[in-house]
Amino acid sequence: MPANFLHRIRAVLLAILLTATFAVPALAGPFEDAVAKFANDDFSDTDEAIGAVATSGNPLAFPIISALQEGRLSADPDTKKVFVTGSDGKIIDAATGAAVDKLPDNAAAVRLNNRLRRAVEAALGGLTLLSPDPAKRIAAAQSVFKSHEESALAVIDDALAKETNKGAKAAFTEARAAILLYKPDATEVEKLEAVAVVKARGDQEAMALLTGLSGDVPPNVARAAASAITSIQSNLAMWSMVQNAWYGLSLGSVLLLAAIGLAITFGVMGVINMAHGEMVMIGAYTTFVVQEVIRTRYPGLFDYSLLIAVPLAFLVAGAIGVLIERGIIRFLYGRPLETLLATWGLSLVLQQAVRTMFGPTNREVGNPSWMSGAFELGQITITYNRLWILCFTLAVFVILLAMLRYTALGLEMRAVTQNRRMAASMGIATSRVDALTFGLGSGIAGIAGVALSQIDNVSPNLGQSYIIDSFMVVVFGGVGNLWGTLVGAFTLGIANKFLEPVAGAVLGKIAILVLIILFIQKRPRGLFALKGRAVEA
Amino acid sequence: MTPHVLTRSLDRSATIFLVVVAGLGVLIPLSNLLLPAGSMFQVPTYLVALFGKYACYAILALSIDLIWGYCGILSLGHGAFFALGGYAMGMYLMRQIGSRGVYGNPILPDFMVFLNYPSLPWYWYGFDMFWFAALMVLVVPGLLAFCFGWLAFRSRVTGVYLSIITQAMTYALLLAFFRNDFGFGGNNGLTDFKDILGFNVQADGTRAALFALSCLALIVTFLICRAVVTSKLGKVLIAIRDAESRTRFLGYRVESYKLFVFTLSACMAGVAGALYVPQVGIINPSEFAPGNSIEAVIWVAVGGRGTLVGAALGAVVVNYAKTYFTSGPLAPYWLFMLGALFILVTLLLPKGIVGTFSAWRASRKETQRANAESADLEDGVGEPKPAE
Repeated sequence: MPANFLHRIRAVLLAILLTATFAVPALAGPFEDAVAKFANDDFSDTDEAIGAVATSGNPLAFPIISALQEGRLSADPDTKKVFVTGSDGKIIDAATGAAVDKLPDNAAAVRLNNRLRRAVEAALGGLTLLSPDPAKRIAAAQSVFKSHEESALAVIDDALAKETNKGAKAAFTEARAAILLYKPDATEVEKLEAVAVVKARGDQEAMALLTGLSGDVPPNVARAAASAITSIQSNLAMWSMVQNAWYGLSLGSVLLLAAIGLAITFGVMGVINMAHGEMVMIGAYTTFVVQEVIRTRYPGLFDYSLLIAVPLAFLVAGAIGVLIERGIIRFLYGRPLETLLATWGLSLVLQQAVRTMFGPTNREVGNPSWMSGAFELGQITITYNRLWILCFTLAVFVILLAMLRYTALGLEMRAVTQNRRMAASMGIATSRVDALTFGLGSGIAGIAGVALSQIDNVSPNLGQSYIIDSFMVVVFGGVGNLWGTLVGAFTLGIANKFLEPVAGAVLGKIAILVLIILFIQKRPRGLFALKGRAVEA
Repeated sequence: MTPHVLTRSLDRSATIFLVVVAGLGVLIPLSNLLLPAGSMFQVPTYLVALFGKYACYAILALSIDLIWGYCGILSLGHGAFFALGGYAMGMYLMRQIGSRGVYGNPILPDFMVFLNYPSLPWYWYGFDMFWFAALMVLVVPGLLAFCFGWLAFRSRVTGVYLSIITQAMTYALLLAFFRNDFGFGGNNGLTDFKDILGFNVQADGTRAALFALSCLALIVTFLICRAVVTSKLGKVLIAIRDAESRTRFLGYRVESYKLFVFTLSACMAGVAGALYVPQVGIINPSEFAPGNSIEAVIWVAVGGRGTLVGAALGAVVVNYAKTYFTSGPLAPYWLFMLGALFILVTLLLPKGIVGTFSAWRASRKETQRANAESADLEDGVGEPKPAE
């Protein structure tokens, strides 16, 4: 814990030092006197100096103490001047903050012993607790919460009295509770209150704090702590369920995006497109190219790169899809197994083509600013890119559903799915519908590639890693009904993520595959199978 | 008329095939062992091992042809049975290493010592005996195929659904065998073999013998396949391939036929894998990769599905091309060629090399006979004339 604390302090220090190297108004008085004591090369004087500087409230206090900790504080015994060497090599006068060109020849680093090191550490902790930046105060309070160092109690009380920021106040209260819990001479009432505060916090660290409580606490406190632990545990279990569900939804949205195009082509044409994954890959590479062009020509547009990439990926992948249908698949109707082989061959060619053009390594596709970062919801963290992908997937789904329901092409597609020959005799140009369907399915795969480029590596193998899962979704959900794909994708996604913590990622996946194989015993044509004449067609 | 012609031509090609395989199986090992190294007719050992690999692939191709060409079951997971047979043999070879491994443990293979296994897992028992391993080579793939097929065929999973599910099966096995705690060496698989039945696997003599054995296995597999497809059972299989529902309505238990032929085919693939491993010297999870299984299907398509000779021929031709191209400057283009092969064969050569050839010969014969008949007819018409 102290090591962690120290680390944190160091990071803060760097930031402060950079700003503090510039001149600070010089004050004559106790601060200067205290600083001068560092030059006496006497441990007890140094101790006093640390205490005085730390409580001075001077903005130079933090750089001085942290420089002391890292051996960058040096003093000239003759002139009693003290200097701080910044981690960037700049030197300032510790008393005035004025920049100094070089250290005097006889300046020596201020020495420390173990007792002083502890004093330095405590002083630093106190200093950050009193930092003007609320975020730093909260971070410092968190680390006190974890270390529950008794020496920090006075500073915390002090800080708590002055605190006006709500978040910082809560953090201080929790830190105070943590200290009191472990303070041997705290009263029972104080400890019970502390347990209540820690319980309200309710996360993993709160539980660690309570479980770490030793046996010599009053029985009432021990009981309260035990009940708090169970309550936190059930709370945490609930949140981990929520977290799994969220991960599952996220995975499900990715699966849905990848599988939905496959389901359409399979439903309408009865062919499995093994090159579907490569359409996803092409979409991802389209995003890459769009971002490259934007980066080199119009850097200001970077945040819009995905908005540009989505229609472009749809067009590129869709056009390739139509070409494939017209060039290869058209000749293989009625031979679904051969189509499977031919499209597999096509996927090899496309992969190798992309490998030749863009190289075999991963390509970097960046997140636009509105997609990066995360926010906290209770005990779980939700990243914006996953959230956007979920929304995007649902939007694509709804648009597709509306298209199938309300447009002429949608009507024709549904007709051909249900009964190709009857549709043909009603005057529907089935071969045109086929080409457009294939283009549509491929185009959606391209869009999926844009989304996947945000969360996965863009490499020539991108498509392959999704293709088997997408097939499983289609097999599970059944064809001819998009709702089946939706339910299939989210079921598989959530089941996967709930099995993962129990069985491990790989075994979870194997279990899912086995379950699907067993599932199709009951429903060989998936969850939402078409009924009637279409079945044997 | 046509079926008769077809059987006769098949007979002839089968005879040629058997003679060629038997001849190679005898001559190559003899030339490797008896002729002095560097002689023009001496086959170097690395080629013997390479040809042995081709022979194993040919067996695998036969097993796929039996179900795909004659029963219409397109399995995209036959590589799994091949690899399982290979693993069974690999386990035997691992146990034969004994205390000669890096860690010198007399019982545990090296990777188990490395992964801190306290003792041999139960499923490794018995693999120190060759007969047991040989039995497992047949039983493990056969049992998996039986269970899988029983579930799949009973619920009438057919066509592309079955293909996808078999692909998922081999994918699941791929993931499982990649795990270290699965007990089969994880990522690295089983390798570093020392000897088989007391003979050094690296020795020329052993290599030659393994090659001869592979040829023998190829001949036996071919004969079994031929016996199946020419029997009454084979006729039912073809009926299932062409009209499954109709066959069922005629009163045949379609799923039993399918299950039998699927299991038999898996056992054959297992044997192929078992012969493959000692010649290649390693078995690892990448053999389970779905791509491998699909590649094996394309061998059959190239050679001609529904013609046993074609399947074996296709395996050898495609793999020879693969060896040739991937070892030369054209290596980066091999995947383009393989992909193009998939597309062109399905589009332009649906019957494969042998199928197209025999169709061409049959049609030529037909024309010849028609010509002869018309000539006869002319003669016949011409003959009476003088009598008149």
